[in-house]
Amino acid sequence: MMNQPIFTDNDPQKETITLNLGPTHPATHGVFQNVLEMDGERIVSGVSTIGYIHRAFEKIAEHRPFYQITPLTDRLNYCSSPINNMGWHMTVEKLLGIEMPKRVDYLRVIVMELSRISDHLICNGILGVDTGAFSGFLYLMEEREHIYEIYEEICGARLTTNIGRIGGFERDFNDIAFAKIKNFLVKFPPILKEFEGLFNRNRIFIERTSGVAAVDAETALNYSWSGPILRATGVDYDVRINEPYSSYQDFDFEIPVGTAGDVYDRYIVRNEEMWQSLRIIEQALQKIEKEPKGIFHADVPEFYLPPKEDVYNNMEALIYHFKIVMGEIDTPKTEVYHAVEGGNGELGFYLVNDGGRSPYRLHFRRPSFINYQMYAPMSAGMLLSDAILNMSSLNVIAGELDA
Amino acid sequence: MGKISNQQVVQSLTSKFRDKITIPTEPFGLLTFETSSDIINEVLRFLKEDKELKFNYLTDITGIHFPEQALSIGVIYHLHSLTNNVRVRIKVFLDGNAPKIPTATNLWNGANWMERETYDFFGIIFEGHPNLVRILNVDDMTVFPMRREHPLEDPNRVDKKDYFFGR
Repeated sequence: MMNQPIFTDNDPQKETITLNLGPTHPATHGVFQNVLEMDGERIVSGVSTIGYIHRAFEKIAEHRPFYQITPLTDRLNYCSSPINNMGWHMTVEKLLGIEMPKRVDYLRVIVMELSRISDHLICNGILGVDTGAFSGFLYLMEEREHIYEIYEEICGARLTTNIGRIGGFERDFNDIAFAKIKNFLVKFPPILKEFEGLFNRNRIFIERTSGVAAVDAETALNYSWSGPILRATGVDYDVRINEPYSSYQDFDFEIPVGTAGDVYDRYIVRNEEMWQSLRIIEQALQKIEKEPKGIFHADVPEFYLPPKEDVYNNMEALIYHFKIVMGEIDTPKTEVYHAVEGGNGELGFYLVNDGGRSPYRLHFRRPSFINYQMYAPMSAGMLLSDAILNMSSLNVIAGELDA
Repeated sequence: MGKISNQQVVQSLTSKFRDKITIPTEPFGLLTFETSSDIINEVLRFLKEDKELKFNYLTDITGIHFPEQALSIGVIYHLHSLTNNVRVRIKVFLDGNAPKIPTATNLWNGANWMERETYDFFGIIFEGHPNLVRILNVDDMTVFPMRREHPLEDPNRVDKKDYFFGR
């Protein structure tokens, strides 16, 4: 493929220009380097260089107890960290065989769908900016702010959330959090509608995106694509449906798919997914009403850190606190693969456990990493400005790309 | 959950490969078996192209290192049959001194970077790979950092030894 070294620039007869796009380029939204061979405005070939923010999370994870790995997962796809956090909690819970109460599942679904919305908001907003329309982005950013305020109410953090714990949540959602979620459900739909009104049938937008970087389903599957960009090609693969986790089987929602697999379809699929996410959140709020109040974690004292006031006043809680923190509790010697539908696709955790306090081996199946490898090959023959749009619509997040 | 059961997958695998694959286990319902590096490509091709199984989606390739084992380096494939909604995990263990395995890029283009990543961290040579160079680490790195002999922290530190904690 495009893997010959193209750095040699000595040939006097050479008619193409070598262009370094990145690693820090305002149009690529993150640390991505692509060395492109340009013939005028057209890309002849390209090579992606990745790893600029590689932080060796898999190595670090081998030396950290399970509960200290959650903050590492935050920093994978930092546009939707709660999904990563929940995915990790569920992996460990699967390993330990912890059954979650329904209410906790629904609370998790709310948080995960909110973060899916915030992830798609960024992607579609930035896509608008890259086509030259700034105002849509500004409308949406305000809504992302509201989602972050909900996170803040639940866990205190905004971007790298470290939300929830193994075995549930660290605390129940308070009334302000529920009020903010309900308020969001009222305020957000008109804004999304307005955003769609700006873009969906906008002739400039359609001409910039339709037919750009079109990928057929077979190629996408061959490159192991997942998430909205795979669904835009017409494959209805969604982990939430194929292997429901966190009680997704209780919800009524649809998986939007595209037909052409181009930038426009990806945009439409993401927008439609936001509507579906809103539906899911509404249903989750209704379901929570029917569940017993005040349950926010499973009854697993061996793995769920007790509240601090209990640690100081209750012998049993102190013992469990000590055992959890010092890693005195035996865990099963086995391996587990758990996948969740992240903002960009199938986010998998492959955990090999030897019974200790930290994983023997932990591998993240990072959708951005796998989706991005087609970028350079598919850029060949494309206009530079289209390649920028293509990268924007792949929604590759540098943190997830490099782990 | 899937449209075909793990038993069916096992059946068609054993009828084709006999004793060349180990007796499968099912940790958390995910069919897992081992095979050897000389037939791994055939196994993958069979799983991908079989009319009933259709494991057409390569979820992941990764490595693992067990220094105590004779065959210390492992390569782990996760395949997914999207139409049947079944997953399978295949492991191949290799000699740690010169781990070599045929590439899967002839079956899936997506294997390209997954194998480069595995090479980068474990030093596994994927024979036939079009461009087996480091991907996340710097090019002039001399070691394969995910192998167990490379500690995360300075090994001379004395304040973090396990025996201080009774382990």
